[in-house]
Amino acid sequence: MIDTALNLVSWVLLTLGGACVLIGGIGALRLPNLYTRIHAASLTDTMATILIFVGMMLQSGFSLATMKLLAIMVFLLLTGPTATYALANAALLSGLRPDADTLADKKTGNARG
Amino acid sequence: MIIVFAIFLLSLLVITAVAIVRTENLFVAVMLTSIFSLLMAANFFILDAADVALTEAAVGAGITTVIFLSALALTAEREKRRAGGQLLALCTVGILAALIIYATFDKPRLGDPEAPVHQHIAPWYLEKTPEYIDIPNVVTAILGSFRGYDTLGEVFVVFTACIGVLFILGVRPEQQAASRTVESGGLRHHLIPQVVGRLLVPFIVLFGLYTQFHGEYGPGGGFQAGAIIAAGVILYALLEGEGEALRAVPRSVLLGLVVGGALLYGAVGVVCMLLGGAFLDYSVLAADPVWGQQLGIIVIEAGVGMAVCGALLTIFHAFAARESQP
Repeated sequence: MIDTALNLVSWVLLTLGGACVLIGGIGALRLPNLYTRIHAASLTDTMATILIFVGMMLQSGFSLATMKLLAIMVFLLLTGPTATYALANAALLSGLRPDADTLADKKTGNARG
Repeated sequence: MIIVFAIFLLSLLVITAVAIVRTENLFVAVMLTSIFSLLMAANFFILDAADVALTEAAVGAGITTVIFLSALALTAEREKRRAGGQLLALCTVGILAALIIYATFDKPRLGDPEAPVHQHIAPWYLEKTPEYIDIPNVVTAILGSFRGYDTLGEVFVVFTACIGVLFILGVRPEQQAASRTVESGGLRHHLIPQVVGRLLVPFIVLFGLYTQFHGEYGPGGGFQAGAIIAAGVILYALLEGEGEALRAVPRSVLLGLVVGGALLYGAVGVVCMLLGGAFLDYSVLAADPVWGQQLGIIVIEAGVGMAVCGALLTIFHAFAARESQP
């Protein structure tokens, strides 16, 4: 009974995490300029990381693997938002204005990949 | 299920490779190369080659990208257009691709246990490792002991590469060295990356040491550990500036690591000979041959780790020093 409940919760979390990755991916492709794209991509760094890793921890039970997953999750939660911040900061410093004309921004955003 | 994953990853690899060839922005090409290495590492992992996956992720996706970016800072960001020679290249690639595709018709099915590669010598390794060396990770046993000569050769390749880069980039006219007062400050004025990076550096180095000394029991070993520790120090250099990193780990220490690592490996072999065994036959190192083998593997892995870490950092500093010149 408790196993089934854990499985159920874990699969719900994993599915939600997968949905977050998908939404982040679509957003990174579809949104108009660099900053909004970073915003979309950062969804995979934070929300998806938490959901997927908690889901996997519920699958692995209480073992060494759980601790490793926890360590990886903390690592990703620290580095992901930092990388997002660094990217946005670098874009701002190199002169890409967040309120610039969307069309012009799209061009620059494309050039920067 | 695995096969679906494999096909997915391999298609992504092909797409990335085409993108690398097509792009003219070298910065984008470097980033795509990093993605390529990461996909390759995932591929190795689903083929159960965790040791190789770890190396590919640490060296290919991590350090090579940093070194490529340092090299890019010395050159232009855009690819130079070149006319002509395309037909010849197309013919060469076409013929080679046809030959390789033809060769795959003779290839055994993926994961076929009857394939020659699984019948030749691998069963002997799997059978004899518990008896001769008695460590759980057979890959380390093969790498360190059974094929010790090959690994020695690899260490000397790393050593030679380091010397080569130093010969090309390390030489600097005296007056330029003296006038170099402006140091790159790293990310000293960017608080958030700096705080997080400072927090991470010790853990990265600790993980590197774990990989080094856990290599006999799980995936890991000298190559991976050297790359991970080098990545930690490179992160420190990016955060605090190159000069600060050189103060923490001076150039003489790095050169000592490269030379010392290669020498340590060779010295183990010579000691084996002096004790009456063959070159790199660790059984004579202790009274109990199995413990002798384990001791030998630990020492040579330390040598490999030192050489790789030193070489990668020396190459990084060679590029970075060029960059900060006026």
